[in-house]
Amino acid sequence: MELIAYAAFFLTVAMTYAIICLGLNVQWGQTGLFNVGVAGFVGMGAYVSGALTTPETIDRIGGFDLPIVVGWAVAMAAGAVLSLAVGLLTLRMRADYLAITTFGIAVALQLVFQNAESLTGGAFGMAFIPRPFASMQGEAIVFNLANLGVTCAVVLVLYLLLEHLARSPWGRALRAVREDEVAAQALGKNPVFLRLQAFALGGAIMALAGAVQAHFIGFIAPNNYLPMMTFQVWAMLIVGGSGNNRGAILGAVLVWAIWALSAALISELFPAGQQARAASLQIVIIGVMLCIILLWRPQGILPEIRTVSRHLGRRNKDQ
Amino acid sequence: MNPQAFIDGLIAGSTIGLGAIGLTLAYSILRFANFTHGDFLAWGAYLTLTVSGLLGGLAAGLGAPVHPFSFGWGLPLALLGGAALTILLALGLDRILFGRLRARGADVIIIVMASFGASMALRSLLEFIFTAKPVYFTNALQIAKPLGLGMRATPDQLLVIGMTAVLVLGLHLLVTRTATGRAMRAVSENPALAGVYGIDVAQIVRITWVIGAGLACIAGVMAGLLVQIRPYMGFDLLLPLFAAAILGGIGSIPGAMLGGLIIGLAEAFTVQIIGAEWRAAVSFIILVLVLMLRPQGLFGRKEA
Repeated sequence: MELIAYAAFFLTVAMTYAIICLGLNVQWGQTGLFNVGVAGFVGMGAYVSGALTTPETIDRIGGFDLPIVVGWAVAMAAGAVLSLAVGLLTLRMRADYLAITTFGIAVALQLVFQNAESLTGGAFGMAFIPRPFASMQGEAIVFNLANLGVTCAVVLVLYLLLEHLARSPWGRALRAVREDEVAAQALGKNPVFLRLQAFALGGAIMALAGAVQAHFIGFIAPNNYLPMMTFQVWAMLIVGGSGNNRGAILGAVLVWAIWALSAALISELFPAGQQARAASLQIVIIGVMLCIILLWRPQGILPEIRTVSRHLGRRNKDQ
Repeated sequence: MNPQAFIDGLIAGSTIGLGAIGLTLAYSILRFANFTHGDFLAWGAYLTLTVSGLLGGLAAGLGAPVHPFSFGWGLPLALLGGAALTILLALGLDRILFGRLRARGADVIIIVMASFGASMALRSLLEFIFTAKPVYFTNALQIAKPLGLGMRATPDQLLVIGMTAVLVLGLHLLVTRTATGRAMRAVSENPALAGVYGIDVAQIVRITWVIGAGLACIAGVMAGLLVQIRPYMGFDLLLPLFAAAILGGIGSIPGAMLGGLIIGLAEAFTVQIIGAEWRAAVSFIILVLVLMLRPQGLFGRKEA
C-alpha cells in the first residue's frame, strides 16, 4: 500500500516535470529557441501562485487566500508577461543572446526569491501553500492518487492542446521559421512575432508547472529553482525527443526515474558523511548522458513526427 | 562614498576581464556562447592548487612566502602546470564534443546546449573530487597598504592588476601585429574563405582554446588567491563574463577587458550602496541595458 502511495507521489512529481517539458518543447522543439532559464520561469509561477493563495501572513506581502485555480491562472499570465519581455529584448538578435539572457534572468530571479523577503519569504521560503484535496491528507493513498489525477489531467489537456496547435497553420508557420527563416519571411510570415508568441506560450506553461508543483508539495524555497532544474528539464526533453510532445512526457518520467534511482543507489552505497559529495555524481551522469545523446542520437528516443496538417497523413522525418 | 570600492572593483574587474577575453575569442572564432568557460576558471584554480600541492611535496622551500606577497615561488610554477592542464582539458573537450558537433555541421545552438551540459558535468565533477568546502592557496595574512585618497590594497591585489595589464597588452599585440593574429581575425570574419586562402582553420581553433583556457586558468587562480576556491566559483562568474564580453562587443579583446572592469566597478559600488546580496544582479542589469541600448557592444560592429 505504501508502495502505491509512493508510486503516485513519484508519478505526480514526474508529471509536473512533464508540464515543464511540454512548455520547453513549444520553445525549443517547435521553434528552436534555447531557454537556459527554465528554473526561473518555473519558480516565478510557483511564487506568484503561492503569494496569491496562501493565508494571510504577517511579515510578507501577499497571502490573499485565493482559490488554487486563480493562482494557476495568474501564474500562467505572469510567465507569459515575463517571456514576452525577455523575447522582445533578445529575439531579434543571434540565437545565443536568448540563451545568455535567459540564463541571466534565472540568476536574477533566484536572487529575488532569496533576498526580497517581504515578497517571497527569503531563504526560508513560503509555507502553507494550499494543497488540492487537503481534506484527504490523512489518507496518503487517496490523497496522492487524487493529486496524480489532477496533474495527469493538466498534462493531458496541455498535450491535446499542443498537438492541435502543432498541426494548425500556426504550428506550421513556427516550424517554417525554425527550418528556414528567410523562406518563411518570403511567404509573408513574421519570424520575430511568431517566435515571441511561441516563447510566451512556453513560458506560461512553465510557470503553470511551477504553480502545480508548488501546490502539490505545499512549500517552496529558493533552492528548488537552481540551474540544476533547468538542466534536468533539458535532459528530459532531449532524451525523450525534442519536437515530440509524447517524447517530452516520456523523457520527463524516464529522467526523473533515473534521477530517483541514482539517488537511492547513492544513499545505499555511500556512507552518510559522503552522500552530499556523491550526489554531485548524479549531475555528472545526467550531463554526460545529455552530451552523448546530442552526439549520437540528437533526435532523442521518440523523434519528431513530421506533420503537415491533421487532414493529411503522418510521415516520419527519416522517411 | 568610500573610494575603496574603486580598488575593489578594479581587482574584481581584472579577473572578470581576463575570463571574458577567452569567452569573446571563443564566441567570435568558434561562433558559440561557451557555457563551460566559467568552469575552465574553476578547473584552472583547482588544477593549479593540485600541482602546487605536488610541488610542495617535492621541495618544501617553494611554499615559503616571497616578500611582499602571500605566496611562494611554488604558486607561479604551479600556475604554469595548471594552465597547461586547463588547456589540455579545453582541447580534450573540443576533440570529443564540440569538434565532433562542428564536423557534423550541427546547429550553433546544439553546440551551446552541449556546452551547457558539459559545464554542469564538469562543475559537479569538481564538487565530487574536491568537495564543496572552500580551499585557499595560502593561509598567510596580508596587511593592505595605503595608496592615498583613502584607498588600500594588498601587494597580491596590486600584482593581479599589473599582471592583467601586461597580459592584455601582450594579447592585443599578438592579435593586431602578428600573422597568427591576422589569421585569427580572418577566421572570425569567414572561416570558409580563410580556409580557401590557405589558413589552417583547425590550428586557429586550437590556438583560440589555448589562449582562452590559459587566460581562464590565470583568472581562476587570481580569483582563488584573492577570495577563495570553490567548485561553483566559475559558475558564479559566468554571467559577469558573458555580460562583460557582450558589453565590450563580441570579438574585441580591449572591449572584453573594459567590459570586465566596468562590471567589476559596478559590482563593487553596488555592494557599497545597496548591499552585497544583490551583487549578482548587476551583471544581469548591465546585460539588459546593453541589449536594449547598444546590442553590438562598445567596440562591436553592427551585425546583420
